[in-house]
Amino acid sequence: MNENIINIEHISKVYTVGDVKVHALYDVSLRIDSTEYVAIMGPSGSGKSTLMNMLGCLDTPSGGKYDFKTRNVSLMTDNELAEIRNREIGFVFQTFNLLSRSNALHNVELPLIYAGVPSAERKERANQALISVGLGDRVHHKPNELSGGQRQRVAIARALVTNPAIILADEPTGNLDSKTGEEIMLLFHEINQKGNTIILVTHEEYIAQHAARVIRVRDGLVERDEAIVNRYIPGISKPESAVK
Amino acid sequence: MKKKTGLLLFELREGFIIALQSIVANKARSFLTMLGIVIGISSVVSMSTAIKGIDASFQKGISALGTDVLYIDKWAWFSNTEWWKMRNRRKITMEQYEKYKQTAQLPMAVAPVSNARKKVVYNENSVESVNINGSNADYVKTTNFTFALGRFYNDIEAKGARDVAVIGSELANKLFPRGDALDKTIKIGGFGYKIVGVLTEQGSFILGDFNPDNQVFVPIGTVFKHFASETFRSITINVRARTPALVEETKIEAEGLMRKIRSISPGIENDFSVNQQEGLMTNYNSVVGVIQVAGLFITSLSLFVGAIGIMNIMFVSVKERTREIGVRKAIGAKRRTILAQFLLESSTICLMGGFVGLLVAILLSYVVDRFLPTSIQASAVFIAIGISLITGVVAGLAPAYTAAKMDPVDALRYE
Repeated sequence: MNENIINIEHISKVYTVGDVKVHALYDVSLRIDSTEYVAIMGPSGSGKSTLMNMLGCLDTPSGGKYDFKTRNVSLMTDNELAEIRNREIGFVFQTFNLLSRSNALHNVELPLIYAGVPSAERKERANQALISVGLGDRVHHKPNELSGGQRQRVAIARALVTNPAIILADEPTGNLDSKTGEEIMLLFHEINQKGNTIILVTHEEYIAQHAARVIRVRDGLVERDEAIVNRYIPGISKPESAVK
Repeated sequence: MKKKTGLLLFELREGFIIALQSIVANKARSFLTMLGIVIGISSVVSMSTAIKGIDASFQKGISALGTDVLYIDKWAWFSNTEWWKMRNRRKITMEQYEKYKQTAQLPMAVAPVSNARKKVVYNENSVESVNINGSNADYVKTTNFTFALGRFYNDIEAKGARDVAVIGSELANKLFPRGDALDKTIKIGGFGYKIVGVLTEQGSFILGDFNPDNQVFVPIGTVFKHFASETFRSITINVRARTPALVEETKIEAEGLMRKIRSISPGIENDFSVNQQEGLMTNYNSVVGVIQVAGLFITSLSLFVGAIGIMNIMFVSVKERTREIGVRKAIGAKRRTILAQFLLESSTICLMGGFVGLLVAILLSYVVDRFLPTSIQASAVFIAIGISLITGVVAGLAPAYTAAKMDPVDALRYE
């Protein structure tokens, strides 16, 4: 039985730019359960990024209700949001967003520092996370000594290290060539197979097809929410359209 | 509760490590920022030690002169009386001194003093314009003199106006670098004087005529004989009270007696002055007070400039690391964690700057010590460290707060 992690009911988000109110999200409801692999798709300006920020607890909705593991996020303070981001959410960004002056190990360690994990345990867990993404031999390299794919792997290790409830990846292959992108997608697949919940935000149909479910957003509304029948499983099924 | 303090310590330690990493990563910038604090702290510390040094040696010197001594003089040392008025006063004579000495009850010792300013020569060594202090054998009782060699001239020598002299330590060093002054004959304004005594160092930082280290003490008769006629010269009467507590009463008695001796009618103001060290002290204290306030104000300005530098750099640093702040927030850094990180960074820079500044100040004090006896007080160390820490926190507060309250979404989007 998969437990419910995210339950959103009629949330909206209104930004005020000058005197004009902009509805970034109009009325969105969705549920995401554990071990799911969900892609959120939408063109730019669709409210996709805003939705991602909501899901990632980086921002709170203007209206509606957002429950994260039965806790109401809409009512949380900044500190509580920071805690939930720290423990329950692993972020993977398009531009990797690693600390350029710190080595891979320290980058992966960082969320554990904020979680108050003692140094020895931290190092051990960070090391394990790096091994699990295939970077066991790059632990002491700094980001500028790593390739784009390796950097993204460090970022994924950083997202995994706290054993979060969801991995939230925002265009994780956007800055990578297609071959490296494919490797990263394989890694996500493996991570999902191990029981991690993944939410993938993308505007590329091909990338979205790796997930088991696609939520399409347009004009601040959920346009369609459907299971993918014929998913791409990297390394196993490689459809024609994958070769651009 | 215990868990909470533990967590706080943990965060402090991690924040400190992050701060250190950031300082090391931006070596040139950190160094330049630190420089402002180094200059600020070293000048504040040097200034305060210099003032302390001046103060300490002056106090020492002035107490060597004796705070229980009164000086009955034609001139007032510190007063608003016009110079020409004092010039027209009648002189104080040896006869008045004799009368005063006979009638006064309260003094422990009374001595007449007449000065001259002469060149003092021994062989090829000479010192220009030395204060020649003529008095009698009682003079030594009005002082706290101690002798390195010999003794003070005695009553017989004084009464007989013998050409004997007692010299101060500094003068002795200049004329007799080998320390063999006793029984040698020096030339004072061309007249030979035999040295019967050399003083130990009395006070190293009293200027001019007040410094006994740079004077010659001779029988008053020889001053009248060689340098100035008694009939023209006004003398000073040095009066030492029995105890410091009796200074005020001794002064009142002296004024009364001198008015009588000089036949001043009631209602007419004194045509002499009874001077006191206290006047010197008051004057000195007000001067030092001004130097202290002005000096510390000016040097604090440089510290202030340093602090503005820190604030500036921290603002730049926060702006530059907006994205990093966004990432840190996204992966769970709380507001106070970010606040602490930047505060720790600025205070670490300031503390390092403070330590270096202190080192510079200590080195400077060794150089200054050659001219002016100074020593860095332990308190100065704590004050310097305290000031630099406070500077760091204050200068870092606004930038750190800016960083802490950043919206993670905006910060992540920042290019």
